[in-house]
Amino acid sequence: MADSERTPTPLNGGVFVARSEIMDADGVRRALWRMSHEILEQNKGIRDIILVGLETGGVHLARKLAINLLEIEGEEIPVGTLDVAFYRDDIGIRPVIPGNPTDLPFDLTSRVVVLVDDVLFTGRTIRAAMDAIVDFGRPAAVQLAVMIDRGHRELPIRPDYVGKNLPTRRDELVDVQEGGVWLGDLEGVDS
Amino acid sequence: MKSKHIRGIDDLGKEGIQEILSLSDHFFEVSTRRIPKVPALRGRTIAWLFYENSTRTRLSFETAAKRLSADSMNFSVSSSSVKKGESLRDTVETVSAMGVDAIVVRHSSTGVPWLLPKWTDASIINAGDGAHEHPTQSLLDCYTIQKQFGDIEGKKIVIVGDIKHSRVARSNILAFKTMGAEIVLVAPRTLLPVDTSSWPVEISEDLDGSIADADVVYMLRMQLERQKEAFVPSLREYTNDFGLTLERAQKLPKHTIIMHPGPMNRGVEIASDVPELDNAVVTNQVSNGVIVRMAVLYFLLGSGAELSEDGNSNE
Repeated sequence: MADSERTPTPLNGGVFVARSEIMDADGVRRALWRMSHEILEQNKGIRDIILVGLETGGVHLARKLAINLLEIEGEEIPVGTLDVAFYRDDIGIRPVIPGNPTDLPFDLTSRVVVLVDDVLFTGRTIRAAMDAIVDFGRPAAVQLAVMIDRGHRELPIRPDYVGKNLPTRRDELVDVQEGGVWLGDLEGVDS
Repeated sequence: MKSKHIRGIDDLGKEGIQEILSLSDHFFEVSTRRIPKVPALRGRTIAWLFYENSTRTRLSFETAAKRLSADSMNFSVSSSSVKKGESLRDTVETVSAMGVDAIVVRHSSTGVPWLLPKWTDASIINAGDGAHEHPTQSLLDCYTIQKQFGDIEGKKIVIVGDIKHSRVARSNILAFKTMGAEIVLVAPRTLLPVDTSSWPVEISEDLDGSIADADVVYMLRMQLERQKEAFVPSLREYTNDFGLTLERAQKLPKHTIIMHPGPMNRGVEIASDVPELDNAVVTNQVSNGVIVRMAVLYFLLGSGAELSEDGNSNE
């Protein structure tokens, strides 16, 4: 799950209406290649790295990064998925409906965990993800890769690898797909 | 809007059951972790009001609450003011005044869970009321069947034994029917309710014929403690006609699973060796009990959705 506001739940309804294209498919592809190289450079190779895609927006990006890393280094690296719903700090305040169940069958002790998400916004999802990660072992390091950093942080969290920095208004929405990135609004929300 | 309580299967409806089964998949994953615990219900308090004996239901609810980081308030009838004559209402109001988010209640009288919302704002979860309902047992049975077959719809489920005294049977008939299963009840007439004309089931006294093409054989416990008169000529005769003997169990189709809600009367409704067979899923039912009860508690206390007081789940 990425930013809570990005995923319209059945309860508040609403549909995402795109206003402007931020990146096209080539842009997303190039950003992922650059981030793959940055991950290699930063960690001096892929030894000990585990990619963990956050449900649901980060999962396809993590898989794409793993494919790139395989192509560059000729070695497969493990990819897990993590649903942070049960670690969120807004349970009981708004509907927190889990995405797909977590799939992280690795001991993370002494590994370098690279969390992958589509959009970094308030930082609360990442806070929840870090709490979840330590239940799976004690990693040597936890790093963060996001396609879009849209600002408005509410916690002292910063990404290690960024596809694009995008200044936004708080009430806007960012939609990240393999075919591109769009900025828009949520319309038709029942208040 | 979904119901604030789980008193009976009707509080959930098909959508509610499906949501709990899909949440259960998440908690199944949690249970496989090195630390099988999540902070989802930190700061929530759950009270157990068990006016009847229970081992597995109570233990599995307590384990579920702990694995969700909820706090629980223990209440044991034998050592409480109930022994001094405190009424149910006073007990509930007292517990409620201490601040609880949910009350899990088991009582020998039918309908108690429907009474409690008059005296408390907490969510009520029925852990068994008389011979009426036991919805969380049904949910874990649904989960066990769904895990085995992928789906409950269209499965032939044969429920065998003491239907008359069984709250598990009542909740299961409602739940299995809601999920689209075909249900056959096999019991002597004396162990069936007086009027079953409105029940969406087929009724038979022929155990061997009914289980020959069953997907699930669900054995019920002979509730000897509730049977105040003789319902069968002898237990031996009952076992002959309605017990799952080793011979019967071995003749079942390969894919058929054997279930029992426990506690088992080995040698009465189920032969001693049958629960150890490969197609018996009795221990799966117990481990799924913790998982499904985590889903139930999260469904009521963690979703943050507005919940309906009147328990109408049809929206």
